[in-house]
Amino acid sequence: MKLYDGGKIITGLVIFLLIFTFPFWSSLGKAAPTPKLVLPAKTVAKQCVTATPYMRASHMKLLNDWRDAVVRDGLRVYVADDGKHFNMSLTNTCLSCHDSKEKFCDQCHNYLAVAPFCWECHLVPKEKK
Amino acid sequence: MLEKALSGSKLYWAWLIALVVVIAAGFGSYLVQYNKGLVITGMSRDVSWGFYIAQFTFLVGVAASAVMLVLPYYLHHYKTFGRITILGEFLAIASVIMCILFITVDLGKPTRILNVMLHPTPNSVLFWDMVVLNGYLIINLVAGWVTLEAERKQVAPPGWIKPIIYLSIPWAVSIHTVTAFLYAGLPGRGYWLTAIMAPRFLASAFAAGPAVLILLGYLVKKLTRFDAGKEAFETLAKIVTYAIILHIFFFLLEVFTVGYSAIPSHMTHLEYLYFGYHGYSMLVPWVWTALASGVVAIILLVNPRTRQNPAVLGVACVLVFVCTWIDKGMGMIAGGFVPNPLHEITEYAPTGLELMITFGVYATGLLILTILYKVAIGVKQEEEAL
Amino acid sequence: MGVDRRDFLKIAGISVALGVGGGVGFQLLRPGHLDAAQEGPNPRALKGQRWGMAIDMKKFTPATARAAIEACHYYHNVPLIPTKQNVKWIWLAPYANVFPETDNPQAGEYASLQYITMCNHCNNPPCVRVCPTKATFQRADGVVMMDFHRCIGCRFCMAGCPYGSRSFNFQDPRPFIKKESPNFPTRSRGVVEKCNFCAERLAVGELPYCAEASGGAMVFGDVDNAGSELRKMLRGRYSIRRKPNLGTDPQVYYLV
Repeated sequence: MKLYDGGKIITGLVIFLLIFTFPFWSSLGKAAPTPKLVLPAKTVAKQCVTATPYMRASHMKLLNDWRDAVVRDGLRVYVADDGKHFNMSLTNTCLSCHDSKEKFCDQCHNYLAVAPFCWECHLVPKEKK
Repeated sequence: MLEKALSGSKLYWAWLIALVVVIAAGFGSYLVQYNKGLVITGMSRDVSWGFYIAQFTFLVGVAASAVMLVLPYYLHHYKTFGRITILGEFLAIASVIMCILFITVDLGKPTRILNVMLHPTPNSVLFWDMVVLNGYLIINLVAGWVTLEAERKQVAPPGWIKPIIYLSIPWAVSIHTVTAFLYAGLPGRGYWLTAIMAPRFLASAFAAGPAVLILLGYLVKKLTRFDAGKEAFETLAKIVTYAIILHIFFFLLEVFTVGYSAIPSHMTHLEYLYFGYHGYSMLVPWVWTALASGVVAIILLVNPRTRQNPAVLGVACVLVFVCTWIDKGMGMIAGGFVPNPLHEITEYAPTGLELMITFGVYATGLLILTILYKVAIGVKQEEEAL
Repeated sequence: MGVDRRDFLKIAGISVALGVGGGVGFQLLRPGHLDAAQEGPNPRALKGQRWGMAIDMKKFTPATARAAIEACHYYHNVPLIPTKQNVKWIWLAPYANVFPETDNPQAGEYASLQYITMCNHCNNPPCVRVCPTKATFQRADGVVMMDFHRCIGCRFCMAGCPYGSRSFNFQDPRPFIKKESPNFPTRSRGVVEKCNFCAERLAVGELPYCAEASGGAMVFGDVDNAGSELRKMLRGRYSIRRKPNLGTDPQVYYLV
């Protein structure tokens, strides 16, 4: 069997492989620092609106549920597992405990290179100095 | 079959490269819009749709006009259109793709376009427009490609393609009807609130589409010696003649109803377009150009001697294009928004970037059209050489 | 007793089929609605059958208008953009513009006043009808709401609104907000916005900002409740609405 235009094909394949694997070899040996979350002090709150592992993995789903409940259904109060009531609001509830977006939200979002569009509209409260 | 698009003359490649350059410039302009927002356009709070939606509306008509070839050829076995029907179908494909692109560049949040499918809303005409446009694209792709491939293999097209081709006939009417319903169902817009909107759209479409096809046919004949046939051009010319007459007739019907009833919320728009309103008259020269082009085209087309002269027919087709493009594009959209629901006046003109993006979309459509025509004509000529 | 390979595959296959048809399918069909029981209204929220607004043109002065507009635009972070691509929720316009085609040269002083205009929260809203994503929708209490998270910016609603009540964010509005109101979001580039009848205030038992700032010239209330203050006013006075002939059934009433 003869490979017609073998040189061109192989060169093309090599270029393709180089481009395709670019993200891997370009970041070799450049591990990004692990995110360091600053959690609210125990004096502020001991517990988030629901279990920490759930929040860590699925806070975006919870926020989407809140968003739809508040905007579309007019339901604004969230009843936590322990019976506590929360006003479902990113700026006014979440960020009142997690008072630094930079030291909390951005840590993981930057690490994972995700850019949620929350902040295009929702304001970040001025950090207390 | 697509390999036929990979070999061509120097002129062919130069044309493709030129198109790619325009596409790149358009894409670059779109990036500016994507990052800054629609602030870079001439649109405003009062004129909230502009050049993009105008082009979209016009091109839906060009796409729908393929039915003027498909219907006689497949339903009435009108053999004269045997060589040109595929060109009509492929023109429809390129036009629908441009329509979809124009809607996309007009969105404020293009990244959320799939919300239309994630939250389907049957009470919105735009939802149905999405359904019929995408459906029409698929129908024409399948029908055009399968029949062309069968022709190339010198076999009869598979039986299952027949119902799809027949489906494309009412579907073509549907795309332009639904597009008219986008406008014709809005309570506060007197210029659009008319039941004759859909027929008017269809008439101008069946004038503009075949006119474009005649001009493309001339071009193809000159460049490739592929001749759709004298008789095919003559039949198309007759279609253009009837359609442009209907277009002007429907317009006059509109003028009568609006003018004689003299209801201000309907009349002020026509007044603005044709005479200017409270000193605002930017579109006046355009709409009169459109009307004059239409009338001259009718004079040239009605007379058989001038219509049968290929050079005169070409001129008439250009005039038909100018007439329908202005009337349905700028006139339709800006005319409907001026004056606004509070009877205030904000005029509209596209900006340079807006025009660049528009050219980019047109170049994309032309690129697709060129490649499809290259394939179609390649196949036809190969078959004839046998 | 062990499970042989054949049985394992059978069980696995059945589980997958059930999984797809069951919980996962449910989630795909109605995402995010699994734990809705945990969400409820604020007990202080105002409850109405159909919210409306009456504007008493006898009490209404330019100062009232200014106060109402300023309150609304400040608290809702409405940007002040000095071009034809501006944004406004509530504004003043002359009689001839607010009530076109109803001009009457003999109408007297009312025809020379400035009228405050905003979203009419129509009972039969064309903007809701035309929206392709349900980003604009009507609540059970009549408020015509916008979900800015869902809006694709097609601007069909702007063409649909017969009152010019809607604005589009042609650009990022933030640079045009002089002083940010901390408790209400801004909007982002590319979405449409309009008056929301202060849905966020009603939810916590308060009246709309404009009504509060108007010193009694703008009265908010339940149109469907015969005992409401609003109904009493509508009974006692002659009221007009904008373009009632279009069948949109606007819920903003002007008492003249």
